[in-house]
Amino acid sequence: MIEVKNIKKVFGDKTIIEDVSSVMKAGQCNLIIGASGSGKTVLMKCMVGLFEPNEGEVLYSGESFTAMTGSDKTEIRKQIGMLFQGSALFDSQTVEQNVMFPLNMFTKDSYKEKLRRVNEVLERVNLVGANKKFPSEVSGGMKKRVALARAIVLNPKYLFCDEPNSGLDPQTSLVIDRLIKEITIEYNITTVINTHDMNSVMEIGNSILYMYQGNKEWEGTNKEIIFSKNERLNEFIFASQFLQDAKDMRMLEETGKISGDRNMEELLDKDAPILIPPPNEE
Amino acid sequence: MTIFNDIGRYLLMIKRMFSRPENAKMYWKELMHQCTEIGFGSLGIVAIISVFIGAVSTIQTAYQLVSPLIPPSTIAQIVRDTVILEFAPTLVCIVLAGVAGSRIASELGNMRVSEQIDALEIMGINTKTYLILPKIIAALLMIPLLVAIAMALGIWGGRLAGVASGIIPGSVYDKGLLEFFVPFNVIFALIKAYVFAFIISSVPAFYGYYVKGGALEIGKASTKAVVVSCILILIADYILSAMLLPSAQ
Repeated sequence: MIEVKNIKKVFGDKTIIEDVSSVMKAGQCNLIIGASGSGKTVLMKCMVGLFEPNEGEVLYSGESFTAMTGSDKTEIRKQIGMLFQGSALFDSQTVEQNVMFPLNMFTKDSYKEKLRRVNEVLERVNLVGANKKFPSEVSGGMKKRVALARAIVLNPKYLFCDEPNSGLDPQTSLVIDRLIKEITIEYNITTVINTHDMNSVMEIGNSILYMYQGNKEWEGTNKEIIFSKNERLNEFIFASQFLQDAKDMRMLEETGKISGDRNMEELLDKDAPILIPPPNEE
Repeated sequence: MTIFNDIGRYLLMIKRMFSRPENAKMYWKELMHQCTEIGFGSLGIVAIISVFIGAVSTIQTAYQLVSPLIPPSTIAQIVRDTVILEFAPTLVCIVLAGVAGSRIASELGNMRVSEQIDALEIMGINTKTYLILPKIIAALLMIPLLVAIAMALGIWGGRLAGVASGIIPGSVYDKGLLEFFVPFNVIFALIKAYVFAFIISSVPAFYGYYVKGGALEIGKASTKAVVVSCILILIADYILSAMLLPSAQ
């Protein structure tokens, strides 16, 4: 479990994050969502220790990470895996070498044992046979999966994913999302994901923290988000008419009602064949 | 004020480089990799420059020594001393600042921009120790070696040009090389090489490590690293000459 308490981060005279608190539980995907510039990446970097918060603290399983000294922080960091927005693979190393890097650095296992573990995680992320390829030779989705394999190779307790779907097509995004979710449950990891991908929110958002201009605006689950009356959240999540319709259809299914000032006829008359079959068609 | 800020950050970077390695074997591997990159990677250009500098020195010295009272062996003495004292350490290191320095700055800059340094930090690795220290140690090991090679090749290039153009016979050149030889000159050149090696590796590492932005900023940082390294090499060259050469004291 990770707990952030009253985090504040200031750059120069600009406050980026103001008094953000939240609890991120193990075995579930904890999403931080918000518009670009809302402070979600800064919050994540404060959590992993890349930035020092000006106020507040971050607790890993009850221990204050912020108050720790260098060597204790290093011990916690060994339990952290992180998937970066741009994958952050080492260009000069092959897929196998990239994934093996944490094992080389932190274990005394034999090469054979390390290779077995590398193959195991590559298989887990569906990358069998890609061992000898360089990052420049694989697709964006594969890079993300290699980065994910590297992040989990040491069996971390905490997994951070910064925009895991950025630059990926919807289908590949879904594959990555499901993979993260499966791994989270399988290894009982506390997973924190920064995203503004609405598919991810609905697909894997066990717990969602919505940031607005550096503040915590809303917190809940992907089920609760449908019924939220927070205007800023609704404007952000259901920005397009398509998503608004999707939300209303879901509400209709669950409660028999739709949101806001819209009426049922308006929704059903809309030309939205994906959501609503035409009335005369079987 | 930026210059003081940069000096402070540079000194802090140097201080934080010294920490216990997480895995000595991995650090050794990285050191060997850097030795290969800095040493063997620059050997070709150093060899070419040294041979031609020696050759040009011989021809130009002969051109200026018009008095029949000065023996031809003096050409060899002048070439030897200019190559050992100045050309081999200073000129070669200025070239290396361009070759190795820009490589170090752009490599670290690219790692910073593509979040590879952040990835290492999150793994619990001291990136200053893992990424910068091996580069500095490799430079301290390989650059004096390259300077020594440059000295030998420069003097040999001078002989080659002298004999080929008929300016000076080989035997006279060889005799001249041994006349009035001061062994301290070689030590002085190696002292300079160590100081310059530290500048060539640490200054570009600083500019690369702290780069912010994208590809354009990496290019700018790389250029700035080379310019600053060259200026520092020239300043250090003057200070060391003033301090260590007996005639200057």
